[in-house]
Amino acid sequence: MGGTLEAPERSDDAALVTRLRAGDEETFAALVDAWSSWMLRLAREHVPSASVAEEVVQETWLAVLEGLDRFRGEASLRTWVYRILVNQAKQRGIRERRTVPFASLAPEDDGPTVDPARFRGAGDPYPGGWRQFPEEWPEQVALTREVREVVTVALTELPTRQRIVVALRDLDGHTADEVCDLLDISAGNQRVLLHRGRAVVRTHLERYFAGTPSRSEVSDDV
Amino acid sequence: MTCEEFVELVTAYLEGTLSAEDHDAFDEHLALCPGCDRYLEQFRATIDLLGELPEESLSSPGRERLLDAFAHWRRTSDPDAT
Repeated sequence: MGGTLEAPERSDDAALVTRLRAGDEETFAALVDAWSSWMLRLAREHVPSASVAEEVVQETWLAVLEGLDRFRGEASLRTWVYRILVNQAKQRGIRERRTVPFASLAPEDDGPTVDPARFRGAGDPYPGGWRQFPEEWPEQVALTREVREVVTVALTELPTRQRIVVALRDLDGHTADEVCDLLDISAGNQRVLLHRGRAVVRTHLERYFAGTPSRSEVSDDV
Repeated sequence: MTCEEFVELVTAYLEGTLSAEDHDAFDEHLALCPGCDRYLEQFRATIDLLGELPEESLSSPGRERLLDAFAHWRRTSDPDAT
């Protein structure tokens, strides 16, 4: 499922909108398929269940169609749709008594992303160097069912802002500029949230691989 | 650059947003430090795994309903159709 519709540049937006206004069903279907993933993920941040998130995405597309004549291209089409989505999701979240406005979320702690105990202290001849190198991971890390579970749980446990940025960047393939635009955050802020989130996911994977016997030790218990 | 500093710069390095000076220092450290080389590789692997997570998608009935709504919207908003 899902599409690889190229991220539409501002200049392509006009063409897209023209085709939508002309009733081009293929264009609409392609947009729905390409954008639903990030729309569902974002909606899910505001509402209590996946099924309500789906309803929010549906309502958003209907609102987009209804408002399409008012689209002036001041923001990109994606940003415009995003804003409609967030409004829909917030309204729904208020009704469902669950709202998480992005901007008002408490900033996360800004400590180091790797446990300082992993590094040599000030008295050491090599302060700030690894005490012990990170353990090696399997040669080819594949997304097995177990690894997928580890990554998914890690994502779920991230602070909301980090999860949103990691999802937009690494799951849905938005560019840094797009994410800054969508979330209205600075480039520096975007990078910090992304880095912290990724580092936490890496740590979860590290723990998982450290606790997993190497392939040769695994008996073939199917 | 220490290893402790290196690990905090990985995303900035991958995004290409380090200053030329920091970028060179990062590369220099990377060439000399197997631990940080491994950290960077694992960070990259993490990003790859995140990218391989399945996409979310609408239910088929939900998608159908939207496409129907689009067809309907076009008919009702088309001035020639009235």
